[in-house]
Amino acid sequence: MPAEHVGKAGSPSAASRPAAIELRGIDKSFGPVHANKNVNLTIAKGSIHGIIGENGAGKSTLMSILYGFYTADSGEILINGDPAKIHGSHDAIAAGIGMVHQHFMLVEPFTVLENVMLGAEGGAMLRAGAGKARAELERLARDYGLNVDVNAHISDLPVGEQQRVEILKALFRHCDILILDEPTGVLTPQETDQLFQILRALNARGVTIVLITHKLREILAITDTVSVMRGGEMVATLPTRQATREQLAELMVGRKVRLELDKTEARPGDVRLSVRDVTVVDGKGVTRVDKVGFDLRAGEILGIAGVSGNGQSELLEALSGIRPLSSGGIKLCDLEVSSNDPSGPAEVREHGLAHVPEDRLRLGVVTSFPAWESFVLGYHEDDEYNGRILMDREAMTNACGKLMERFDVRPRNPDLRCGNFSGGNQQKLILAREIARQPKVLVVGQPTRGVDIGAIEFIHRQLLALRDAGCAILLVSVELDEIMSLSDRILVMFQGRIVGEVDGDEADERTLGLMMANAHVQTDEAA
Amino acid sequence: MSATPQVALPRWIDIGLLPLINLVQALIVAGLVVLVIGVNPFDAMRIMAWGAVYDSVAISYTLYYATDFVFTGLAVAVAFHAGLFNIGGEGQAYIAGLGCTLVILLLDAYLPGILLIPLALLAAMAFGAGWALIPAYLQAYRGSHIVITTIMFNFIAASLMVYIGSDILRPPGDMLPSSREFGPSAHLPHMHDIAALLGISMPRTPLNLSILWAAACCVFVWVFIWRTRWGYAIRAVGLSPKAAVYAGISPQRVIMIAMCLSGALAAGVALNQIVGYHHRMLLDFVAGAGFTGIAVALMGRNHPIGIVLSAILFGALYQGGAELAFEIPTITRDMIVAMQGLVILFSGALAYMNRPWVARLYAMFDRRAVLAEAT
Repeated sequence: MPAEHVGKAGSPSAASRPAAIELRGIDKSFGPVHANKNVNLTIAKGSIHGIIGENGAGKSTLMSILYGFYTADSGEILINGDPAKIHGSHDAIAAGIGMVHQHFMLVEPFTVLENVMLGAEGGAMLRAGAGKARAELERLARDYGLNVDVNAHISDLPVGEQQRVEILKALFRHCDILILDEPTGVLTPQETDQLFQILRALNARGVTIVLITHKLREILAITDTVSVMRGGEMVATLPTRQATREQLAELMVGRKVRLELDKTEARPGDVRLSVRDVTVVDGKGVTRVDKVGFDLRAGEILGIAGVSGNGQSELLEALSGIRPLSSGGIKLCDLEVSSNDPSGPAEVREHGLAHVPEDRLRLGVVTSFPAWESFVLGYHEDDEYNGRILMDREAMTNACGKLMERFDVRPRNPDLRCGNFSGGNQQKLILAREIARQPKVLVVGQPTRGVDIGAIEFIHRQLLALRDAGCAILLVSVELDEIMSLSDRILVMFQGRIVGEVDGDEADERTLGLMMANAHVQTDEAA
Repeated sequence: MSATPQVALPRWIDIGLLPLINLVQALIVAGLVVLVIGVNPFDAMRIMAWGAVYDSVAISYTLYYATDFVFTGLAVAVAFHAGLFNIGGEGQAYIAGLGCTLVILLLDAYLPGILLIPLALLAAMAFGAGWALIPAYLQAYRGSHIVITTIMFNFIAASLMVYIGSDILRPPGDMLPSSREFGPSAHLPHMHDIAALLGISMPRTPLNLSILWAAACCVFVWVFIWRTRWGYAIRAVGLSPKAAVYAGISPQRVIMIAMCLSGALAAGVALNQIVGYHHRMLLDFVAGAGFTGIAVALMGRNHPIGIVLSAILFGALYQGGAELAFEIPTITRDMIVAMQGLVILFSGALAYMNRPWVARLYAMFDRRAVLAEAT
């Protein structure tokens, strides 16, 4: 196994050395879906190489082929100049490739040490292997600044450290090519900076790094070279220092994109949604939402920022009637909701609250329903869609078709299964459904998660238009950019509580980032 | 990411080719079993296939068995659309038999058939639905898994019916643990009697009017599941419980409704067997139709048309199997059950075993087609 941990690449000799990875003519189809079309890619040894593209551009498929989850229909893979046959992740590991997945592959009740050893125990009895692994982990921590408590259980670690465990796992298996798939999705801006420091340290010691992302900022911040994928094809590869945000966005989307929004001054009206001391305790007895209170007025967008998993989901579910309150109260226009007097989603909807759920695929649509059936989800009891006994198919399909037109849902086919629409088009369909009836309050969770840039632009404009038309909008998002560009006021959630409020105009990434990590509390704990 | 992508196959593969492959595989294995006991498997197959269709008597018997399987297949399918695996069709049909028996025993001396039989059917449906509602309640409001509870309720039903049959309904002096014979007003007309009224001659077989009720049930299930808002709610819960809750649908209520309907559909077996043929409550009259219904529903992809087709196939297996046991004495009745079991195993439990390779093969051909178009 080649483990040449040499100095920083970029020396004149780098060009003559074989590339760390070379992909030639990779082609892959899933039935009629052509996920990778004749993809060629060369990743220089010792570089940090970014691969950027919208969701569905084929980035993940390409990396899955490289890591052995799928086999390409045709094409060649060369690792360090040698042709490689990769039929499973074990082949990839043997070739020196390590992968950090978007969703961590960790056994939560196990300790860090146990997770790192998993699959590389080194013998039937654990003790001997554990000793060696412990020593090796100490060395890695020293060399790369990857400090993690090896005896801690994964479930007790914050996500940033869980990610470090994933990196350790790869290094422990002697990888010299590290692939990271959307690694910053769950991190605060500060954690992202720490991750990038680690990546630079690894790179300085000769590890080739492949970073897959859809965030332009990250590409520009850390990579040496960037490749852009669109529609299954590799459309460009260029040195990062020659690239600009606008240019990359255009390459990703295939047309000019406006990244900035024109936002007018908000004109807040009467209070539409009043939340008082709302507490939500889940089935395991864990308090997910802790005495949250705020007022939401007509004609404003209130953003809720926070790292994912700090109670935003539960708050959304409580507001939309999916999850009962444990205590506290909600006043939605003229409807009072409390733990003693709960209201279900149907009742809340009747009182003018529309909900664009954050888990689009599991809540927002039924993926195996045709578009028109998902389009009536939540409104399927309405008179306009029902006869006395039978549902009025024509009315439903027509209504769906009309709004698909207005919201530019593609393909414009109400009979197509929801699962066959791209994320952005599914989201437009849901937005169309929820906005169509001019709700008094709109509650939106992660409106642009897994949505392509073109659709993001469209969705943001729709939300602003709705605000200007006098709707009260609550926006929950883990994308700080989104929160900052849309919100008139911003609340930050941390461990179920509201830990800060910032005016939309005055918000900056650093302040919000510190609030999201609740930095002042951390210093208390350290003392 | 490690999950294999779900390739959508065209309908003809999903509902036509795949079940056919399953069936062929089952027959090959059954053939091997037959070969082991020294019988030519091709002879056996021929006798079996021929025995199911060789004349109008055979066909009538095939349809008579198929009628039961339509009822139980629909029962499984309706529950399945709500995401529930109702293994309890057997017990629900059995208890339904008690419902119609009680009504008939009380009223057969007073009411004409035209009133009595619908009343008996209603009672059967109410009993079947009631028996399904207990596991439904436990699943919806107490979280007990419906597979476990419906299985257990089959045993409870069986024991209960033995007790009722031998200790309560058995006429004094009778040795058989069954009810007395029903009065003539409680006899559902046979198809050969109806044919005779129309001047058509049909052989005397157990095939009775229940088959029309089965057809009506098929139409009803199709309309209900795909054309009404209740069916919409059932499918939403079955396909995506979280999306259903988001939409304001109560999964608890849907579970109760779907299971209630499921039990009522299974009650058709009681109509076919008790009111249509035996004219008395017999022990174990369901004879496994409830379990066969699971395979029928799986093979029929939970769609009424598919269920009718696979029910006829299973009816043919029953009828042909009986002929085979009669023709070749070395093949016992138990062998036939084993062969039917193989078909159930391959088309039911292993229904999706062949999907991956068929999908791969299809993708290959499909790509070729796409490439051919491109050039």
